[in-house]
Amino acid sequence: MRKHLLGLEGMSRDEIVEILDTADMMRDHLDKGEFDNDYASGSSVVNLFFENSTRTRTSFENASKFVGANIVNISVASSSVTKGESMYDTAMTLQCIKNDIIVMRHSIAGAAHYLSKHVDSHVINAGDGQHEHPTQGLLDMLTMRRHFGRLEGLTVAIIGDIKYSRVARSNIIGLTTMGATVKVFGIKTLMPAGIEEMGATVCESIEEAIKGSDVIMGLRIQLERMQSGQFPSVREYHREFGITADRVKLANANAIIMHPAPVNRGVEISGEVVDSANSKIFEQVTNGLAVRMAVIKLMSEAK
Amino acid sequence: MFIIKNVLVGGKVANVHLIGNRVSKISYDKSEDTSNTPSFDGKGGVLMPAFIDMHVHLREPGYEYKEDIKSGLESAVAGGYSAVCPMPNTNPVTDNQYIVNYIMNKARECKLARVYPIGCISKGMKGLELAEMASMQKEGIVAVSDDGMPVASSGLMRLAMEYADGLGLLVISHSEDKELAKGYVNEGANATRAGIEGINRVAEESMIAREILLADALKTRVHIAHVSTANGVDLIRWAKAKGIRVTAETGPNYICGTDELILDYNPSAKVNPPLREESDRLAIIQGLVDGTIDCIATDHAPHSMSEKSKEFATAPFGISGLESAFSMCYTELVLTGRMTLDRLSELMTTNVAKILDIPCGEIVEDGLADFVIVDESAEYIIDSSNWYSKGKNTPFNGRHVTGKVMATIVDGRLVYKI
Repeated sequence: MRKHLLGLEGMSRDEIVEILDTADMMRDHLDKGEFDNDYASGSSVVNLFFENSTRTRTSFENASKFVGANIVNISVASSSVTKGESMYDTAMTLQCIKNDIIVMRHSIAGAAHYLSKHVDSHVINAGDGQHEHPTQGLLDMLTMRRHFGRLEGLTVAIIGDIKYSRVARSNIIGLTTMGATVKVFGIKTLMPAGIEEMGATVCESIEEAIKGSDVIMGLRIQLERMQSGQFPSVREYHREFGITADRVKLANANAIIMHPAPVNRGVEISGEVVDSANSKIFEQVTNGLAVRMAVIKLMSEAK
Repeated sequence: MFIIKNVLVGGKVANVHLIGNRVSKISYDKSEDTSNTPSFDGKGGVLMPAFIDMHVHLREPGYEYKEDIKSGLESAVAGGYSAVCPMPNTNPVTDNQYIVNYIMNKARECKLARVYPIGCISKGMKGLELAEMASMQKEGIVAVSDDGMPVASSGLMRLAMEYADGLGLLVISHSEDKELAKGYVNEGANATRAGIEGINRVAEESMIAREILLADALKTRVHIAHVSTANGVDLIRWAKAKGIRVTAETGPNYICGTDELILDYNPSAKVNPPLREESDRLAIIQGLVDGTIDCIATDHAPHSMSEKSKEFATAPFGISGLESAFSMCYTELVLTGRMTLDRLSELMTTNVAKILDIPCGEIVEDGLADFVIVDESAEYIIDSSNWYSKGKNTPFNGRHVTGKVMATIVDGRLVYKI
């Protein structure tokens, strides 16, 4: 395991496999109800969240506890950033209160890179702006690998708000590294320039993306995108571009449905699809816990 | 009396004699006895008219922690410049004769480079009504611009171009449609990879097009600041072919840098307009070679380290550049064989003087003694920690460059030597 987990960009296949294999082991512990492990005992973890995220924060919190690490939470109110609190000062403070691992969520791309340059601790990027969310990418790959037994050769359709999504970027990078094919579809106002240069195939319609895919991954459509004029209405969005049961039929027979949650039922995905038998959306949450346990274990061993 | 000794003038070693601020004699006599006269030995150097930078930020009044007139002018002369034009986005903004007068007085006290301020187009740089251009002109402005806060209203821009033209003042357009420029870096594959919101190139190009068409319709002049895109160059080329009175500048940042530099989130690479793509960089260089772009200006934009060590999105835009400009341009344009040193001299000096209708150094008898001596063979690594400027913010630190300023003479006085 490398010193920091800042993104999946630049990670080799072997590095990803090491984390996924360890996560499989952690998942076994979870399934057996073994929450009292000591893989990382003596390590201290701090959750530093500049953006609210109860899910990811809680997942890291439980993951730390389940591998025997101490964890503290620091919620930095967004107001302290606007008050001019320098991130450098925050980093130095964390450095001085002795943490082995800093888990950080921040609204600005590159924030985790910045932190990693100024502290001796390990840094885990828990999401930096529109850039990357590596543990999400890893848990998504774990979910696919547990279902299909492999990643190589899978076709994954990522659908929704690609432009503002760090989940899309981490998945595109991780999946292409592992030999999967990634197709993306988003309405043009939510598509970033040059995404094909990251190795994704851009589809012209949602149907084209879903057709022949093994995984259909929906991404959340923020309602503020409608307020900023990027699409005209929820009604039109869902009808024309949503993941509906009819459209899911175009996918391969054994295809699974994924979504990083929280889900907007009836916007990017219908409630029926969320609750369908091939939906792995809640399974992903447990796998997220396993991946984070694995990362904390491996980092603790590397210190 | 002062003698600049052993410098290359037209390829030959010469002693250039000065009396006051004028050239009194150019001597090619190698046996000349110069021992009793104050002098500078420029052995190995080429004598050129000193550079003129029509686009800098000296930050005073208001932001002296970033730069002040003295540190900015020290930086200018170290970069080989005898004159600079500070933009009016000071605090308060330079929109009236009293601030212009303050800047001129401060600059005179420094006895370094000449200062030709640029005044605001609009009062308070708010884009609503014209600033008192004629009053500012009496105090010394040579152009007007709402640099950084582009004039969104086409109606006001029309009035500004007409009013300024009547005074013989140049209007400089920082062309940027803010509606299309909500990001931090060039919109493209590298912005997507880094997850940083992009600024679409049309933000710049659409306003260049507007200014050109206004200049055509109104029969006035306009100058386009810091051209950074290939289409921007093409628009200006088209306008010049039609005889429209447009001039344009680009800068070392766009000649030497692309948006690859943002991939490690170094806030020093954050600049507006943003660093573009390789195809843009090559189009900019072609524009300089074929004369579409008239001159090189640094857009020297010093910031404090604490501002520039913030996270990428919150750090301010701008690159400090007076002290690296010549070396970067020499390395990229002359050393590569794309142009001669004489052509670079036009781009950095004589064309700027023509655009602004101000004097520049001339290596002839009775010529103004504003000179720079450059060493074409000196190689070094850019390290902004050695700069006179307070602004150490540059993404070009660590670049290996060729060509170095050895000394600068302004108004007949040696104001900088290595």
